[in-house]
Amino acid sequence: MKANVKAEPQEQRLTGAETLIHALKQEDVDVVFGYPGGAVLPIYDALYRNPIKHVLARHEQGAIHSAEGYARISGKPGVVIATSGPGATNLVTGITDAMMDSLPLVIFTGQVASGVIGTDAFQEADVTGVTMPITKHNYQVRDLKDLPRIVKEAFHIAKTGRPGPVLVDIPKDVSASVSDVSFDCPVHLPGFQPTKRPNLLQIKKLNEAIETAKKPVILAGAGVLHAKGSEQLRAVAEAKHIPVVHTLLGLGAFPAEHPLFLGMGGMHGCYAANMALYESDLLISVGARFDDRLTGNLKTFAPEATVAHIDIDPAEIGKNVATQIPIVADAKEAMLSLLDEQGTPALSEDWLQHLDGYKLEYPYWNKEVKQVISPQQLMKDIHLITQGEAIVTTDVGQHQMWAAQYYTFNEPHKWVTSGGLGTMGFGFPAAIGAQIAEPDKKVISIVGDGGFQMTSEEMILLKEMNLPVKVVIVNNGAMGMVRQWQEAFYEKRYSQSVFMTQPDFVKLAECYGVRGYQASNIDEARALLSEVLHDDEPVLIDCRVCPEENVFPMVAPGTGLHEMIGVRP
Amino acid sequence: MKRRIVTATVLNQSGVLNRVTCLFTKRHFNIESITVGHTETEGISKMTFVVSVEDDRQIEQLLKQLNKQIDVLKVSDITNQAIVARELALIKVLANGQTRAEINGIVEPFRALIIDLSRDTLIVQVTGDTEKIEAIIELLKPYGIKELSRTGVTAFARGSQKSVTDIKQYTLLK
Repeated sequence: MKANVKAEPQEQRLTGAETLIHALKQEDVDVVFGYPGGAVLPIYDALYRNPIKHVLARHEQGAIHSAEGYARISGKPGVVIATSGPGATNLVTGITDAMMDSLPLVIFTGQVASGVIGTDAFQEADVTGVTMPITKHNYQVRDLKDLPRIVKEAFHIAKTGRPGPVLVDIPKDVSASVSDVSFDCPVHLPGFQPTKRPNLLQIKKLNEAIETAKKPVILAGAGVLHAKGSEQLRAVAEAKHIPVVHTLLGLGAFPAEHPLFLGMGGMHGCYAANMALYESDLLISVGARFDDRLTGNLKTFAPEATVAHIDIDPAEIGKNVATQIPIVADAKEAMLSLLDEQGTPALSEDWLQHLDGYKLEYPYWNKEVKQVISPQQLMKDIHLITQGEAIVTTDVGQHQMWAAQYYTFNEPHKWVTSGGLGTMGFGFPAAIGAQIAEPDKKVISIVGDGGFQMTSEEMILLKEMNLPVKVVIVNNGAMGMVRQWQEAFYEKRYSQSVFMTQPDFVKLAECYGVRGYQASNIDEARALLSEVLHDDEPVLIDCRVCPEENVFPMVAPGTGLHEMIGVRP
Repeated sequence: MKRRIVTATVLNQSGVLNRVTCLFTKRHFNIESITVGHTETEGISKMTFVVSVEDDRQIEQLLKQLNKQIDVLKVSDITNQAIVARELALIKVLANGQTRAEINGIVEPFRALIIDLSRDTLIVQVTGDTEKIEAIIELLKPYGIKELSRTGVTAFARGSQKSVTDIKQYTLLK
């Protein structure tokens, strides 16, 4: 008798590096951002033979911020490769940034050979140890046979549930060794089962709360964008008559020109949005995590409100703000379930009128300046000239707040900014990643003169890869936000916040093969912008903005949202 | 501050203890003790933490953050359940011919053991709940404790939660 021959799982004889490339292709990775080095030479050799598009950044920090921009715009995980030791530690800022803003990244770092791990070998750093608190999960590959499974798990973890960065550390001997590897390895993660669908009893409870609410408000965060739930959010707001406030990272999830839109909330949010949060009797947070820059002083945050918190990460619920209606779910699924509930809209007519009053009476304001550029006007002009169709990336600071306040986002996936970590140097490389994700769209990187100098070496990529990114430097000759705080809270002691010497940004651009311009008044800026924003080449415009300009209105540290200062000129 | 006993079932991956303690540090939770060991299932370990928390919200956050870890399968706060919780302590006490008998008199009612003797010291091994360990330490202190090593609490819920009614609840309010 002949026994039935069982189909053996297909095994291939491959090196670790080839296994990695194969696994990446299985995950549909079409671009990787990286920088080679000793410990990843086998991987780069395998890349040479089995090419995947590789973006050679000029600093690992540039590579990872580019990957973040790519992930934000494409919705796919950004993939980063760096060598061991200094290469890997240069990624730390970007990993933390991705963790704070829930961006899916899969990072591969080289490690010294297994035999010398722990001996302080050349270019050795305990990267799994270093990145443990700043990754969603991390791995060190001990055996080549585990690599296909680990890569699969890493991608699964990075993009499932609340997205985040996952790091895989690969010792050099593992990537160089050869073995029979099988790619037939289902993902089995019993400890990682995110809840996507909401509990319907809780949804019912929320629906009832909406029906009786007189002053409801929705706080929409980036979770709506991750879940691709903008349309559903809009449908809920319209069906239930609830006004919408945005977090900084949520901009674009709800159309800014919609009558139910109140604006951005938080430290530099608009008065109507913050007062809506303060006065509300029902606060529905969707995919937002009550960051302290949003809530102001927690003691006076939404004091009258019943709080409903919809978040895919259960640990966010109740972390900062006590929640009466907790709903663990994907934002889109939660909105769909809420729409399924029959019911009458909120009793919000008076409330909506009241808030419209705030909107009309306390809009963002700015002073007219003649000699130099008003940064607020600059943002408005960029919006006008691009007709709101550009993807905008920023660093952190004054320029970021002006962009958030004055560039009107009507669509999702147009806004890439460093929210949680507030990373200087983020915006420009992120624009490179965004442009790679969307080659046909306009990408504008609005950066400060300080932050731009932290990653300006990536300029060469604009020429090398022919990326038509437009860099707009909001140049006030200082770290503007630091200067503003020193002015307001440190009696104008401008300790180290004003740059005494600045590079010639126009020449800097030219030396990288990028056209550079300088604009010193709004007419010049306007003319330049309308000329260059429509062509297909990279351009840098150094905009000399009013150096004394500050971001207003503002919730001063330690105060509540209702105590905004600078609401009026 | 309240003392809570939390158990976590985890995958026995390399670095999992580091991952968990790292989480405690990052989130500013105060650990009193951690014990870890294998369970009846291969590849799965169990951790017992004794933590001091300010309020219920903090313990809730701790449980949720632990649950978020990929290697963590199950987390339970067993403080208010009927549980058995045990700690082991080894205590090296100064003892001469005169005090040896006295110390033996302390050790016996605690059902502790003397497991080593030398000319001027002896080592007491004691197992029990935290109060018992602390009580025997207090009693032995006057003789002079040369060395003390405690394992921290390991615990789990009793087999039957309902029928056991006379069990002392392990609330540990301080």
